[in-house]
Amino acid sequence: MTSQPFLEICNLCKTFGGIKALDDVSFSVAEDELLVVLGPTGAGKTTLLRALVGLEQPDSGSITRRGEDLARMSPAERDMSLVFQNFSLYPDWSVRKNLEFPLRAPGRRESSADIRERVSTVCGMLKITHLLERKANRLSGGEMQRVTIGRAIVRRPQLFLMDEPLTNLDAKLREELRVELAVLRRQLKTPMIYVTHDQAEALSMADRILVLAEGRILQTGSPREIYEQPISPVVARQLGQPAINIFQAHHDHRSLLTADGTVIATGLSKGAAPTCVVGIRPENIAIRGGATPATVEVVEDMGASKIILARWGDQHLHAIVGKDCTVRSGDQIFPIADSTRIVIWEEGALARASRP
Amino acid sequence: MKHARWLVIAPYFLLTILPLAWIFLTSIKVQEDTNSRTVKFIPSLAKEIPDDSRRFTVSPDAYTRLEEKHTGVEYGFYRYLANSVIIGFISTLASVTLGTCCAYGFSRFKIPGARDWLFFILSTRFLPPLAVVMPILLMYRQFDLQNTHLGLIILYTSFNLSLSIWLMKGFIDEIPRAYEEAALVDGYSRWHAFVRIILPHARTGIAVTAVFCLISAWNEYGFAMTLNQQQAVTVPVYFAGLQGNISGIPWPQVAAGIIVFVAPVMVFTVLVRKHLLRGVTFGTVKQ
Repeated sequence: MTSQPFLEICNLCKTFGGIKALDDVSFSVAEDELLVVLGPTGAGKTTLLRALVGLEQPDSGSITRRGEDLARMSPAERDMSLVFQNFSLYPDWSVRKNLEFPLRAPGRRESSADIRERVSTVCGMLKITHLLERKANRLSGGEMQRVTIGRAIVRRPQLFLMDEPLTNLDAKLREELRVELAVLRRQLKTPMIYVTHDQAEALSMADRILVLAEGRILQTGSPREIYEQPISPVVARQLGQPAINIFQAHHDHRSLLTADGTVIATGLSKGAAPTCVVGIRPENIAIRGGATPATVEVVEDMGASKIILARWGDQHLHAIVGKDCTVRSGDQIFPIADSTRIVIWEEGALARASRP
Repeated sequence: MKHARWLVIAPYFLLTILPLAWIFLTSIKVQEDTNSRTVKFIPSLAKEIPDDSRRFTVSPDAYTRLEEKHTGVEYGFYRYLANSVIIGFISTLASVTLGTCCAYGFSRFKIPGARDWLFFILSTRFLPPLAVVMPILLMYRQFDLQNTHLGLIILYTSFNLSLSIWLMKGFIDEIPRAYEEAALVDGYSRWHAFVRIILPHARTGIAVTAVFCLISAWNEYGFAMTLNQQQAVTVPVYFAGLQGNISGIPWPQVAAGIIVFVAPVMVFTVLVRKHLLRGVTFGTVKQ
């Protein structure tokens, strides 16, 4: 890890009318890495991409690629491709014309034969050859997104930037395309920054995840790290479906209890602060063996598993159980958290998380 | 409801088409039939028609004699038509070109005081143009722009520019920024993105703006009359001048001239009608 990173972003700041869209953002991207930027709407994700590609001038901070400062370069000179969130193709052009457009840019002198060759290679990769002569506004959502991705890769840029490229597709297509996109990127060996608010996309695609909220980086790490050791409730809530259970708790003889006396877990190995905030993933809760009863309110059958929503003392609880579990709504269960997998934050974490 | 709309359309159609139809009928008459005792409006191919008939003999005379020089006028009709064409088309080209560039700037860049500038540009339309005819006449005398094509071209261009900027700004605002940003990212310069992306997508607006500019320059009378003696006289001024003609108004030739004069504008409008009708909605922007 001593080698120079591919892209290095230092202390990037951008303000729009008093609102900090990017607040001292620093991170790096390695050669051949897929970095997912995860964050809710308005976190500054799009602004970050626009600053990287040169459509937005940052107020301060630097962007360097392999040691070369990009600040004064025009978007064209930066040689990145960007898939926009709200724009994909020129609707009144054919797919071919759309794909050729980046290759016909004034600076590139490519022969028509080369252009043809490149377009057909990309079409082969994305299985869109049969769509070439069709007008872009005659494509279905999935087809259009394939062509859009084709447009991004056809000129082999040094870096891919994707701004929620799959958000507008239905769930099935989204899953299909995100796998294809990740495979494709690996083939092309080009780094990619992929922006999304969809936790499933982030978890499944990322080499590394960067969690962004209100213009600040909250945490970076591998999907596993962020899923299992989120540094705050805000980060924890970004990942996981159903969402993580978060309780205010206190320690009592190696047990964790909530204010109303509900026993969350027992047999904790390490002593922590007397009061704290804890996060427990729904899959780390057993529904038998606990000390405090809970009443099942809803059971959702997901096919491969079931999600139980229960009332546990004063708290609501989500738990994932096996598909063979026979618990029904109204039943009483005795939940207990896996003490080795509880995430514990200091006491003030929840208050900070819920500030406006 | 479907038939009710004809209650509006039919009277309007008659109102607009009647004068034109009458002018056309006049243009295929001979002089005597235009001021005969009985009103003649049924074209006929017969040679001998009694005086009290509603029919008249069709004659192409007026069209073939358009070039004829009338008393007190220096040139024939076609010279004035050429003036109109030169002045009308060049000023239209200039106002649309300048207007489109200005509108693009206002639409896409942060310009200090943009709102005030736009209001100022609009305010140049508040005044009836003829209110400033005297100062302009004096300025033109100073700069030797009287009696020149250039003088009228500059004048019409500046009067149409405000309309052109405002219309084009509306159309360019409708084109998503992402259209050109995508081009910028894909390796195009601002200028190339403007030419390759903005202009083609704004062609509806360009067509509409051009129609308005052309019609207003084509039909303008007040300035064309005030700032000219002979050299750059346009068709409207030429015809108006014929009305006081000592040897009588040559009605068939005036009518034939009007038909020829109106034709280019009509053809132009018909050519761009697809753009006039086509909305400015651009299909597949993901919302």
